[in-house]
Amino acid sequence: MKILVPLKRTADPDNANKIKIAPGGAKVVTDGLEPKPNPFDEYAVESALRLTENGTNPKARLAGDSVVVATFGAKEASQTLRQALAMGADSGLLFEASDENLDGDLVARALAKVVEREKPDLVVMGKQAVDGDSNQVGQILAERLGWPSATFAMSIELSQDKKSVIVGREVDGGVIKLKLALPAVITVDLRIVAPKSITNHVTPQTHNYQEGARYAPLPMIMAAKKKPLAEAPFASLGVEGVKTSYVKFEAPPARKAGIKVKDVPELVQRLRAEAKAL
Amino acid sequence: MATDFYDINDLLTDDERLVRDNVRSLVSSKILPSIGKHFEEGTFPTELIAEFGRAGVLGANLPEEYECAGMSDIAYGLAMQELERGDSGIRSFCSVQGALCMYPIYAYGTEAQRRKYLPGMAKGEIIGCFGLTEPDFGSNPGGMLTRAERTNTGFKLNGTKRWITNGNLAHIAIIWAKLDGRIRGFIVPTNAPGFTAQKIERKFSLRASVTSELILEDVYVGEDALLPNVEGLKGPLGCLTQARYGIAWGVIGAAEACFECAVDYAKDRVQFSRPIAGYQLVQAKFAHILTEITKAQLVTYRLGQLKQAKKMTPQQVSLAKRNNVAMALETARTCRDVLGGNGITYEYPIGRHMLNLETVFTYEGTHDIHSLVLGQAITGIPAYDAPMPDPR
Repeated sequence: MKILVPLKRTADPDNANKIKIAPGGAKVVTDGLEPKPNPFDEYAVESALRLTENGTNPKARLAGDSVVVATFGAKEASQTLRQALAMGADSGLLFEASDENLDGDLVARALAKVVEREKPDLVVMGKQAVDGDSNQVGQILAERLGWPSATFAMSIELSQDKKSVIVGREVDGGVIKLKLALPAVITVDLRIVAPKSITNHVTPQTHNYQEGARYAPLPMIMAAKKKPLAEAPFASLGVEGVKTSYVKFEAPPARKAGIKVKDVPELVQRLRAEAKAL
Repeated sequence: MATDFYDINDLLTDDERLVRDNVRSLVSSKILPSIGKHFEEGTFPTELIAEFGRAGVLGANLPEEYECAGMSDIAYGLAMQELERGDSGIRSFCSVQGALCMYPIYAYGTEAQRRKYLPGMAKGEIIGCFGLTEPDFGSNPGGMLTRAERTNTGFKLNGTKRWITNGNLAHIAIIWAKLDGRIRGFIVPTNAPGFTAQKIERKFSLRASVTSELILEDVYVGEDALLPNVEGLKGPLGCLTQARYGIAWGVIGAAEACFECAVDYAKDRVQFSRPIAGYQLVQAKFAHILTEITKAQLVTYRLGQLKQAKKMTPQQVSLAKRNNVAMALETARTCRDVLGGNGITYEYPIGRHMLNLETVFTYEGTHDIHSLVLGQAITGIPAYDAPMPDPR
């Protein structure tokens, strides 16, 4: 089974409070923030690796299985691909592009071209990138490919014949389980990296993964230097044209200071009269 | 974000960044959750040894042909920095294993010795300790009393070593002893008859690390125990240069951890009209710490370049070890002060780092001994020893 994982770099999400809005609201300024992989995409890499390995020997993919990672971005985004290769992915594709010249629709169309070339059985990707929070690429991609899709995945069970998956989707009040015939598109949510969220009928049922995306051991970082990483211009995919543009960015309004109440009766009175919460 | 005021990140290669970020991730997920408890209880997290082996942090800069990671010296330094962001005791474990035990086998050993030990040591299956210091010979290792004598089949060792990190965890000890008056290195199995290790208890520093006294009473080893390719004090000192290089990087991690914790705390802690971060005295402390951390980062980065170009001198390592450890210790003390009473509790990592760094200040060449190394480099006059004046 071959899995394609699209990745995006985002400005260090752990320091998202340090971003600024350019004068006039023209754009978001992320100067000084180190680019890091979009966390949901890291979870997608982790999911793809868990689907294609025996968890007791995570160094090697199962016979016949492979994980390909791809990104559209600046040349430096190759580091994001190297990280995925060091975690265990087999090969990387970098299509050089500038983020300002991409939107969700164009990314989905370009990914459809990558899918045509790579012919994966499954596309696993983050539900959204934490910078734009658009949450649309997976859905548009599935529509364009005519593939079934499951969004916000919190569990994936690969069937023994590897022809279908059962995807758990967390919703208010419970879990929806969807069965998808492969090929398919899955977008993953935070809980997909829980210790037992992925089943592939090879990793023993008793195996507990470490919560979260795995770190790459140092020898794997060295080995990743020898894995194939192809670079090509974005234009080589033969798609173009951005249909959405940002009109204006605004910082959230500063929170007003709270008030102190002297006793419980006053609290109840204010909750009733001012907050209308009671 | 880690402290990086001069954008040293920009100087790093992709591999180096990946090493730093992945070791940081290892430390956050595996070490930080339990290290405070281990420190409090005075236990070493033995459950992590296999994890360190899997992560490839043991002997990470030795070649891949011995199943080591083959990292560059700068990448190795960054790994040490991230480990010590967790705890100096953890970094010490890895330094001793890699720089003090695997390195001499690699640099001074036979091919057979390398093949026998290095792959297992890289995996954490064979743990080593380094026996140089003795109860009465710390800064003056050349005066050591431990002796080796030739026998028909190899050597017989007698002596006592003290302040030995990993002593009670180790499967092998690199023992430095005088053979016919010359200092030689021996790989001694710790289960050899006559070899005993006694844990030094009641420490207030490096509590999540094992420190021991080793006693060798008629310990017999074979010919193949001798590290044949070095003689004299330059053998152990060559190992110490490697380890001090790692320490110079490592303590930056401890300093950054304290600084980042203190800045966060100061921005939240309100006294009088505002967060204490808004007072000039606190800001002056932070300005000083940031300056010192940045200088230390630049020193180590350049030291790493020199090491990679095979141009690094032991005196340059002394400068970095001396400066950076003193910087980290001062940083930890100042940050402890910023946290007030909270700084003395286990709720925050600063007190633990501060106590650990007292050891790091002393071991691997005390601060003062490195001053003498530099003094000699500057003046050409060694000031370690001189005949005692006649008291009459």
